[in-house]
Amino acid sequence: MLRFVIRRLLYAVLVLWLVSTLVFVFLHVSPVPVERVIGGPRATTDTLAQIRRNLGLDQPAIVQYGQWLGRLVRGDLGDSYVNGTSVTSLIADRLPTTLWLVFGAGVLWFVGGVATGVFSATRARGLGDRVATLFVLVGLSTPPFVMALVLLFLFSTELGLAGIHWFEAGPPLQEHFLQRMVLPWIALAFLMIATYTRLTRGSMLDVLGEDYIRTARAKGLSERRVVYRHGLRAALTPVVTQFGIDLGALIGSTIVTEKVFGLQGVGQLVYQSIALGDTPVIIGVTLVVTLFVVAANLLVDIGYSFLDPRVRLA
Amino acid sequence: MSYSDLQAEAVPVEPGPAASVRGRSPFRLAWARFRRDKLAVVSLVVLALMVAFAAMAPLWASWTGHPYDATFPKTALDVDGQPVGPSRHFWLGADQLGRDVLVRAAYGARISLIVGVVASVLASLLGVAVGTLAGFVGGWLDTLLARLMDLTLALPYLLVAIMLATTFQISSVFSSLTLTIIVIAFFSFAAFGRIIRGQVLSLKEKEFVEAARSLGAGNLRIMFVDVLPNLVAQVTVLTSLLIPTSIVFEATLSFLGVGVRLPMPSWGSMLGEGSDVFQTAWWLLAVPAILLLLTTLSFNLLGDGIRDALDPRSERLIGKR
Repeated sequence: MLRFVIRRLLYAVLVLWLVSTLVFVFLHVSPVPVERVIGGPRATTDTLAQIRRNLGLDQPAIVQYGQWLGRLVRGDLGDSYVNGTSVTSLIADRLPTTLWLVFGAGVLWFVGGVATGVFSATRARGLGDRVATLFVLVGLSTPPFVMALVLLFLFSTELGLAGIHWFEAGPPLQEHFLQRMVLPWIALAFLMIATYTRLTRGSMLDVLGEDYIRTARAKGLSERRVVYRHGLRAALTPVVTQFGIDLGALIGSTIVTEKVFGLQGVGQLVYQSIALGDTPVIIGVTLVVTLFVVAANLLVDIGYSFLDPRVRLA
Repeated sequence: MSYSDLQAEAVPVEPGPAASVRGRSPFRLAWARFRRDKLAVVSLVVLALMVAFAAMAPLWASWTGHPYDATFPKTALDVDGQPVGPSRHFWLGADQLGRDVLVRAAYGARISLIVGVVASVLASLLGVAVGTLAGFVGGWLDTLLARLMDLTLALPYLLVAIMLATTFQISSVFSSLTLTIIVIAFFSFAAFGRIIRGQVLSLKEKEFVEAARSLGAGNLRIMFVDVLPNLVAQVTVLTSLLIPTSIVFEATLSFLGVGVRLPMPSWGSMLGEGSDVFQTAWWLLAVPAILLLLTTLSFNLLGDGIRDALDPRSERLIGKR
């Protein structure tokens, strides 16, 4: 078991290193000229060269890479090219918003998806199932950003949101927390609820066809107890696994939701940094976001190997 | 297999005086099953209409006299400078710059359909190539390719896609359309390749491959004659279900301003440009959003129908059974 965990951990570190190196290479092969962003349109060639020297951009890429890697090992992600703030503190500022966004949406889609899935499975082929299927159909075909725009259009007046740029100034997260978060949560969760409804329904139908469910019914247990205690508990395992993976992956895909609702999370941070050519921030955010993906996969793998020892051999 | 599955498999035989039994090709069997799927047929019709709408884009422009990037401040904006809604001259309204939404939506349909189909086909070709190579050759090549696909799947794809699109757009090696297609295909091939690899690994152990090998068939022959034809059904289904995902991907990138570059209209960029004035000009939200939803919904249903027709035993993605 310990060997398995260590091997997976080493692999996770390898993935993180490869991803950050890939991003580094991308950005060096085809960089946004950051010195133009800093110097402004009327900067002279000398000024531009001076800026490049100050940022260490005049050195060969391999030297820059070595310096960056050396700092990374010590836990330092470097400083922003544009305003000199340390990348770690920039991310630390923005991460809570993104985490709140993802976890709130996660709770919503897990509860919503499982509830609808169970509802659908216990009424298989009935009217309720058909209605739920219709919902899944529409949900799976709705792009999240369209959902976000539609919600903003429908409810912005009620919630006092004045449109897409309302929070551009970025008041502290605590201010009107629920009021600001409820629409982003729904927008982010909508498609996932549809996915999880389908997943839960399929898994529930599989489990409810098992022999031990028949035994439970034959014992004279109430239908409620059979469905929830015996059925749902077993049916949830694959759903929970998927939940772990999706939750980790979603942290890197909140850019659109954050932009539409003007939330200042890491998504907006990296979106703005890409436009400015602020390489350290881009790599830093990529690294942190990948860390969540890798950590979620790792936890799911390890959790699974506890439940099912056969996995460890693979 | 349930009774209804068996029924679906059963070939309706027309009783005749000389009821000669004719063999049907797998394709005709599949087509017969597909035709009975009402939702799939309806979605096929919707998509055909969408293709026609897109193909007619230059015609819309010449009939209305409104090229897609031309602004009409006199007729399309009212005295307050607000865009006019659906009317006799502008059937689906005008945007805040005074351009015709109908004409732009038709050109946007072109982008969506082209990017969706081309990116998906490209991703599936790449996925099949990498997946087959990894599964069939095995050894260190398999380890390398499998790890490569794992790595691609671990990348925060939206973030990296935006980065690629931004940096390459500045150096402008490719046109923004080509670039968008390449980026989407790149982030879709890995999931595809992983499935194909699994399939090839299991096909490789089948008796008919063993039989072919004992008859003296070489690796290449086995790969192209015995293994690849068995993947056709699955590849078709996966590709058709990848199309709506690619369409959404393109719309998202264009919405963020890093997909198909302005002033070329795309449904995504129309939504992005109009988002400031939705409250007063609802058609700027409604037209591209409804078209986008209709297209992805139809492709999902169509893909589901194709899956059902080619492999009646598999579980449906959505829809009734």
